Amino acid sequence: MINTVPPAAIFIIGALLIPLLRGRLKSIYLLLLPIVGFINLINIPEGTHWVIKFLDYDLVFGKVDRLSLLFGYIYHLISFIAILYALHVKDDIQHVAGFVYAGSSLGVVFAGDLFSLYLFWEIMTFSAVVLVWSNRTKASLAAGFRYLLVHVAGGLCLLAGIVLYVINTGSIEFGYIGLKDLATYLIFIGFGVNCAWPCLHPWLPDAYPESTITGAVFMWTFTTKTAVYVLARSFPGTEALIWIGAIMTAFPIFYAVIENNLRRVLSYSLINQVGFMVCGIGIGTALSINGTLSHVFCHILYKGLLVMSMGAVMYRTGKINCTDLGGLYKSMPLTCIFCIVGAASISGFPLFSGFISKSMVMEATALGGMNIIWFLLLFASAGVFHHAGIKIPYFAFFSHDSGIRTKEAPLNMLLAMGIAAFLCVFIGVFPGPLYSLLPYPVDFEPYTPFHVVGMSQLLFFSALAFTLLILSGIYPAEMRAINLDADWFYRKAGVAFYRFCNVPLNSFRLGAQNFLTRVVDSTAKLSGGVYDPVIHRRPMGLGIFLSLSLIFLFALIYMISIYGRF
Amino acid sequence: MNREIETKEEKEHLFDKPRNVKRLLGFFYTLLLLLLIIDFFIHKHPYSPWEGSPQFYAVFGFVVCVALIFVAKYILRPIVKRKEDYYD
Repeated sequence: MINTVPPAAIFIIGALLIPLLRGRLKSIYLLLLPIVGFINLINIPEGTHWVIKFLDYDLVFGKVDRLSLLFGYIYHLISFIAILYALHVKDDIQHVAGFVYAGSSLGVVFAGDLFSLYLFWEIMTFSAVVLVWSNRTKASLAAGFRYLLVHVAGGLCLLAGIVLYVINTGSIEFGYIGLKDLATYLIFIGFGVNCAWPCLHPWLPDAYPESTITGAVFMWTFTTKTAVYVLARSFPGTEALIWIGAIMTAFPIFYAVIENNLRRVLSYSLINQVGFMVCGIGIGTALSINGTLSHVFCHILYKGLLVMSMGAVMYRTGKINCTDLGGLYKSMPLTCIFCIVGAASISGFPLFSGFISKSMVMEATALGGMNIIWFLLLFASAGVFHHAGIKIPYFAFFSHDSGIRTKEAPLNMLLAMGIAAFLCVFIGVFPGPLYSLLPYPVDFEPYTPFHVVGMSQLLFFSALAFTLLILSGIYPAEMRAINLDADWFYRKAGVAFYRFCNVPLNSFRLGAQNFLTRVVDSTAKLSGGVYDPVIHRRPMGLGIFLSLSLIFLFALIYMISIYGRF
Repeated sequence: MNREIETKEEKEHLFDKPRNVKRLLGFFYTLLLLLLIIDFFIHKHPYSPWEGSPQFYAVFGFVVCVALIFVAKYILRPIVKRKEDYYD
């Protein structure tokens, strides 16, 4: 038995040492950090550890059970892949921010109390925004500020909820909360902002595509999945989540179909995927929670893989819009294959990881008799294949030849993608090891002939629709354009509201003020200068005397009224 | 660095030949047909009557995807599309 430390500590403290190292030593150190963290993690026994007294409360930095452990494993795994992918980057700030971001996410996952949870929650926001700003463009600066504003607002909502909750219950323990009163609703919405719920989501397609190529792997992983974790911990079985999740799976698909920027397509498909998880939490049965958690595990890998393949394209070509890309399979064949593996996994093709996790959530809705939800999720499954499964590989690597000839991605990027791709296929073929990590015993067989044929039919006939529409020219053409989303309300309507306050309302105030001043002035003039401040102002002492007497009088009346009762 | 590669006679790639694209499509259509045929022979364990009806997934997948494209193209895009410098 070795001495273990809180998983967050290794990443966050370890990150601070990165700028001190140079060259090959730094590369080795970066790769070792997640490995050391993982060895530490598997040696932590289940239970409650690292309890620190703070004022009258217990801060718990290690609530370790099967739920938090599963997130711990996958967070370490993706951190290793992400840092391998980023190994060529010379910018220390990005490495530090990436590890602090991953570490604070681990902090949230293992937090046993609301205070430390909130602390790590806010560190996540601030470290993530560094990964956006590190792109050092005007667009990323602006997107980063918007990201910060939205998340600080969400964080304040969460803080208000936590304060009220602690006052109401007297306990800061973080466990099942459930929707009851104002405090719990505020916490619920605070979590929802990070989870990119409908209408609270626009920060995601706004900021994520502006993040750095390598930081993107961190971005696409941590914020939303940590929100899924806290929801699974504190609001399982909350009916509202079923609907929120189902809407999340459906509406981004429409946006993704007409979106030109491929990283923004991936952002919309992230919302779609998180929708499946949120829905599974809402149903709250053992099967659906298992489905959600296995989906988290698979999703982090295949979404990371897709993000990495698009990052490699961006790294080599400097472009990410459908209108600029095409025909890249000729010069980046390996990246193309990895991208297709990721696409097959997210679509849920049999033998790929998405298949063995998504079908659990689907089955849970079917068993619960939720027909509308089941249809929505099935529609979303077909739709995700359309935009993430076909659109991304097709427009980047095939489609019309853009004439771009470039080199294959660097070795470290290829290795990172290769590991992720291997795991996607491995989990898809052998789901057993993943199922054994889930919190509830798994009684689910994904590979029945009915599942396999049904899912294949769904996907292949979706592909047929795509093929026929492309061949007939009906498929919406790629256009150099952007699409309005809910962020319009704070990017345009907010600015317009400010202008309205500033120009018409302010000039009205100014006009009214000038007018009244003039009225007072002219009235004063009418009195012919009778008022002379030196003569007519009463001495100061009189005012003080009067007010003191008044207070004395009130005090007297108060005393009499109290004693009068006896 | 790309100029060097460009000046070389470029070799023909897999999908440059229309014949290969045709072959791929032919393979794809055969696969679809096979899936439709297999559907009659598998043991189904549906949770709802429609899930058990013949070719449910194939019809559903095709219909909703066509609907998805039409809604996105003819309803959503006219409402939300703006020029790229809209927010600048």
